[in-house]
Formats: sequence, C-alpha cells, structure tokens
Amino acid sequence: MKHFANLFRQLDSTTKTSLKVNALEQYFRTATPQDALWVIALFSSKRPRRTVSTTILREWAAELSEIPLWLFEESYHIAGDLAETIALVLPPAQTTNEKSLSTIISDLNALRNADDEVKKAAVLETWQSLDSDQRFLFNKLITGGFRVGVSKKLLARGLAKALDKSETEIAHRLMGDWTPDTVTYQDLLLSDDFDDSLSKPYPFYLAYAVDGDVEELGSLDDWMVEYKWDGIRGQLIKRQGEVFVWSRGEELINASFPEFQKLTEYLGDDYVIDGEIVVHREGKLGSFKDLQSRLGRKKVSAKRLKELPASIIVYDLLEYRGKDIRNLPQSVRRQHLEALVKEVNSDLIALSQVINAGSWSDLKEIREGARAIDAEGLMLKRSDAPYQVGRRKGGWWKWKLDPYTIDAVMLYAQRGHGRRTNLYTDYTFAVWNADGKLVTFAKAYSGLTDAEFREVTQFVKANTIEAFGPVRSVKPELVFEIAFEGISKSSRHKSGIALRFPRILRWRRDKKAAEANRLEDLEALLE
Amino acid sequence: MSQTTSDLLQFDTKGIYCRQADVYIDPWRSVDKAIITHGHSDHARSGSKSYICSKQSVPILRHRLGSQINVRGVKYGETFSVNGVTFSLHPAGHIIGSAQVRVEYKGEIWVASGDYKTQDDGISTAFTPVKCHGFITESTFGLPIYNWKPLADTIQDINEWWSQCKDDNRPAIITAYSLGKAQSLLHNIDRSIGPIYGHGAINKMNTVLIEAGLFDVQTLDVDLEKKDYGGCLIVTPGSGLNSKWADNFKSASTASASGWMALRGARRRRSVDRGFVLSDHADWKGLNSAIKATGASKVIVTHGYQELFSKWLNTQGYEALTQKTQYEGEVLEAVN
Repeated sequence: MKHFANLFRQLDSTTKTSLKVNALEQYFRTATPQDALWVIALFSSKRPRRTVSTTILREWAAELSEIPLWLFEESYHIAGDLAETIALVLPPAQTTNEKSLSTIISDLNALRNADDEVKKAAVLETWQSLDSDQRFLFNKLITGGFRVGVSKKLLARGLAKALDKSETEIAHRLMGDWTPDTVTYQDLLLSDDFDDSLSKPYPFYLAYAVDGDVEELGSLDDWMVEYKWDGIRGQLIKRQGEVFVWSRGEELINASFPEFQKLTEYLGDDYVIDGEIVVHREGKLGSFKDLQSRLGRKKVSAKRLKELPASIIVYDLLEYRGKDIRNLPQSVRRQHLEALVKEVNSDLIALSQVINAGSWSDLKEIREGARAIDAEGLMLKRSDAPYQVGRRKGGWWKWKLDPYTIDAVMLYAQRGHGRRTNLYTDYTFAVWNADGKLVTFAKAYSGLTDAEFREVTQFVKANTIEAFGPVRSVKPELVFEIAFEGISKSSRHKSGIALRFPRILRWRRDKKAAEANRLEDLEALLE
Repeated sequence: MSQTTSDLLQFDTKGIYCRQADVYIDPWRSVDKAIITHGHSDHARSGSKSYICSKQSVPILRHRLGSQINVRGVKYGETFSVNGVTFSLHPAGHIIGSAQVRVEYKGEIWVASGDYKTQDDGISTAFTPVKCHGFITESTFGLPIYNWKPLADTIQDINEWWSQCKDDNRPAIITAYSLGKAQSLLHNIDRSIGPIYGHGAINKMNTVLIEAGLFDVQTLDVDLEKKDYGGCLIVTPGSGLNSKWADNFKSASTASASGWMALRGARRRRSVDRGFVLSDHADWKGLNSAIKATGASKVIVTHGYQELFSKWLNTQGYEALTQKTQYEGEVLEAVN
C-alpha cells in the first residue's frame, strides 16, 4: 500500500504529463505483478466489488472522529469527496501497515459476506494503521471512482515505457472485459501472440471554426458541405475481419459500442472510416446526454443497447482496401466512401449527406434550419484537399449555429485560477421557478473581460451572504446572459435540466433580478 | 445574530465597538480610536484618527497605512485604560505583532482574537490563551477536515521539494503572503539548501521588519539580467506568479503554501505543481483547544465557516452565535 500511495502522491502532485508518465513507468518497473495488475485495473475504472455501504462508512468515520454525523455530512459537502473527507477527519494513525495493495484488496473481498460488526472492526483497524494518503486510497477501494488525473492514454504510455512495447499495443491489450480475477499480468501484457498493427488508428484531422464572413472562403463550388452532427468523433477500423472503434482521444471504445462488432458479418474489409458516432432513441437522434450514458462503461447493459442503439454517420475514408488514401483529394475519397458504404450496406453505417446549395446565401438559410434536424451547424470541406493531421487551417471549417441564450441571476461565486486567482470568475446561475424561487441550473465561467471580472469581484465581496472556503453565496442581484449548446432533462440537477457547454455571453446591466428568465422558459427549449 | 451577548462589545456597521470606551477593534471604516489586532489589510485599514496596536505591529502599520498615522504601541500584557475600560494585548501567534485584545469592564472580560494560530512558528510570538467570559473567534478553518500536520513535517516536505528542484537544476517558486506566511516560511525553511530570492513586495516587507529588529532573513532581489535561477528558491505573493515577472523563471516548479491546500480539489484547481498545507490560522483542533483554554461560556464566531462552527460549539455546551464582519481569513493567492 505504501508503494501505491507513493505512486499516487507523485501523480497527484504534478500537472506535467511527462512526470506522470515517469512515475507510472518507475512504478511498473518495480511493482509485483499482482499489485501492478490492480493498479492498471483501478486506473481503468475497474474497481473491487463493494463490501461496505457508504452510508455505514460515514457513521463509522464520524464515530471514530468523535464528531456528530451532521458535521461529518457538512464537511463532506465542502470537501466534495467521501473518501477524502473520511481520511481528513480521522484521528492520526496509531500503527503502521506493511500490507501490499493486492493483499489489502483481497482482505476487503474476504469481508464481503461478514456481519457489519466484523466489517467495522476490520475497517477501523485498517484506518488506524494508515497515514492520510493511504487512508484516502483505502477508502477509494471501498467507495470506487478513482480519478487521479491519469487517462487510459497516460497509463498506456507509462506501461509501454516500463515494458518497452508500443503504446498502441498496450492500449489494445488493455481493452476488453478483463478483471484482475480473470486474467494474470503475464497474460494481459506479456503474452507473445499479439499483433497490434490491426487496430492502429490514424491521427484525426480537426477543423477550425469559421471566423468572419463565410463568403471569404471563395467560390462555393470549391467546397463540399455537410451537416455537423452532435455526436462523438470516431474512427471505425475493420481489418482482416476485426473491428475497432477509436475515439478522438485515441481511446478504444469497442466496449462502449459493442454493436459495431456486427460489422464483421457484413461485406467490406480493410477500411478505416472517419465519422460521428450517434445514438438513437425511439427512432430519432438521441441527445448528447443519451450518448454519454453509453460511454465510460466496461459493459453496456442489454437494456441500454436496445433503448439507445448506436450508429456512425460517416464522412471520410482514410484507408480503402488496405491502402492509406489520405492524400487523395476530398472529392475522390468521398467517391470511394460512397462505394464502400454501398458495399457494406448496414444500418450501422450511414453516409453523411452532402448539401447542395446554389449560393452562400442559400447555404446560410440551410444552416439556420440545422437545429430542426438536431445538427449543430455545417461543415465546409475543400474538395481538392487531402486528409491532414491534427488541427490545421484551410481544408476543413466548422460553421456552427448560434447558441441558445437565457438571462439568469448569479447566486454563487468562486475564485478563478491561473492568472485570475484573485478574482471571482466562476459563477453559479439560477432562474425563477413557478413558486417565485430561484433554482440553480448551471455553472459557467469565461466570457467576461478582466475589467468586468474585477467589477463583479467587488460586488461579490460587498454582497456576500455566506462564505464556504473559496465559494461565496451572494445577494441575487446581477443578471447575465448565458449561452449554451444543448439542453436535456436531468434528475441530478435541482432544476431538472442539464445544459451543454454553458458560458457567460454578457453581463445584462440593464436587467434586474426579477427580469431574469423563468425555469419554464428553459423547459420550453426541451422541445 | 439576533440577540446581543455583550454590552461590552458590539458589532456595528464600522467594526467591533466598545461603547463604554468609545473604541473600535479592527474597524473597516474610519473611526476616532482604533485598536488593531494585526497588520493585514482586512484588519488594519487606513483613515482612522488614532491607532493602538502591539509594539511589534507599529512599523508594519506605518509601512502599510502611512508614516504619518497617529499610532501608539503597547507591550503584550501591558494594561491601558480608556474611559474606565481596561484593555491589554496578548500574543495571537498569527503573524509578527498579532494580538488578541482583552477588554475588561466592571468584572466582565471579553477577548477579541482577530486571526490566530496555536502552532508556534518561532517568529510570531506564540499564542497564549487569555481567560475570559466571552471570546470572539475566527473560523476560517472551522471544520474537522482541516487538521494541520506538525509545522516541522510540512517544512520538511518543502525542504525536500526545494532540494529536488535543486537536483534537477530548476528554480523553485513558492507563493506566500508578503506579511506573515513569507516570514514564517523563511524563518523555518532550511536556508542552507540554496540562495533565496524574493518578489519586490516581500523584500520590502522583510526590510521593514529587519530594520525594526523583528526579523532576520533578507531575501535577494531578482536581477532581470540574470538568466539562471536553477536551484534557487523564489518567494512571491500569488499575484507575482501570474505576472510577467514570473517569466524570469522558466522551467520552475511552482508551489502554493496555504491551509486550503489540505483539500485535494483545491490543490488540483491551482495551476501549481505542489500544494503545501501551511497556514497562519488555527486548524480544527487549534480552534477548539484555544476556545476551551479561555474558559469562556460565550463565543461569537466571525469570518469563516461561522454557521457550522457555532452550531458545533453549541453542541459542546457553549453559548455561541455568529456575527458578520468584513474580515477575510486566509484568502487563496490574494494580492498583499
């Protein structure tokens, strides 16, 4: 556990990717295979099965700390993390603990069917033998949800260095449904019969947003126009009968979208397609929230697969019949793509429609109608351009719709970071509900000038109702116009709605709090 | 907030007021006579006609409020009388010169403690509990999640971080208030590791304190021509880190020293590499032990987690209530 805590401290005390990768590399070079396997599992969101409920864990922590439960709960509210709150309130350790990570986990597993009294004795004894960081990690083993700023990509990079293997091979090896109980470190990472070239994706080409007048792009005849869909950018690879789906973050997302494995039964092979993964609900395009509910799971339930089936809207072809065709002009790649989609002939793959408009002004009108078909705007692609690497100007432009806006009242303010540490820059906003009360619905920052931030900071300081560490509740007086890209229902928010990309558009000095929008105005946008 | 606990000290729109003496403690508006607990800007404000503070605070007040101010310094423990009310100042351990104000009239004793910490940092005269009937306490870190490690352990962590930077030939930049945190850090850190540079604001403050005989570590001026600060420690207020000045120290490892760094979320939101839990305010245990040691039955809780901390004190048998003030407690990365 000490070794693991040391790794955690190193990862948690730097924001630099290179130092994180070094720390991971050093850890994997020296850890036992059992411990290493568990660390990989924990950092890939595979946690041990829960042995103790969090409710009872809070009671034990409050009891051992000699504080009332309400004070524990308030502290939890401020710290925001249960495992951390427990680690912080407990009295200092009495003894030390030399057990390894994997031993601590198997000890925890052994408690699964024990009575609460036995569990309590074991957990309290362990707490009293661990320092604050070790306690935090031990609590995380129980409560789950390891977020230590280590992405799968970083994990793969550290492992690749420690094992002297390629990053894509490691990423590929780590995919799938394994757990530390079903696989050994040896089998997972070191077995010989592994070939990763099949799964390897190409770097994505990323578009810039149109700034200024779109007509400056020249003749419309030189451009191919498509809708911009609000999904997840993905690369769909089928090589030698195997299918791989990669996200733009270069994570293998086969497990999140198992339906694409059916493509092995369809015609067409040795191709790499670029497109937008979307989900459907009741025959229509699902919301972005629906899509997110398919992500980050090691297994998608059969119910969800049926309720929210996925498909990919494809718009580019990077490899055709085993050949890299990225240097062919956009228009030629498109012809091959159309031929391929016809050949595959599956509902899983839909061709992105090419929009033919007579003029830029016709196109502007078409763009205005994009939201009605759940698109975010348009994409403009130069017909003679190759498929490039990374974000480059010239070939692709995104031309998004103007966002939704709403006027809202600021209720909480929090200090910013970076160069804005001495200003209140992060605000929580509310609108009026039917009972005439303000309900919070979004947190947003950015969008104001430094001068405006200074002015709002003055207001916050002079009108604080209560301070909670870096957060203050303020008199409901200031009104801001909030822009956002999408809206959906949410049971997790008090207001019952969740916004996508909310941000401050401008300060409405001309409006009083009473003139802010109402919750029903937001609900109306739910359609 | 509703009832009045004391006729002796009241909270009004200008500060903590003793009507009998016609004196304010740490007023946030101009008054005739002000007693100042310590030199931080939320407690010592300009514009009052006369000031009384600890002898050690006098040079600090003159530096910050102007040399022309009418100020009188008193020794810790020395009593003085204003309109029949007896006052004395007692060490609060917060920063150099910080004091608790003891107020006694007709046998009733109140103590306004300003900001305080119970750990002895070696340069801010150590906190001494003062027996009283009523105690006014801050609550900046008044939740059980805030428990500081022994000061020596945190200093050891900082020494190790600096040594590591030295091994890697990188500058080590740490943020600290120019008054208070900077001195407790400089006094305790292992100065044999390497040269220590200070931001202008910190060097100026140090000079004031050194000339007054209150401090003995001078930090070097940053020379903009010098290119290599590898292995050096640079102490700056938070604002310095965000300014062009910080461009002199490319490749530096950055750190923040603050009680707020106890929370992982706060550490992660900072754009610094390391967060060290170092505060000039009392932690949870410190607040509780300090209050207990006064023997007070009435407690007024000001700036911080006032509602929660006073609710807790009520369960512990105190008659506690909250008062709103304009004191700020420990502000993360504020400009000093």
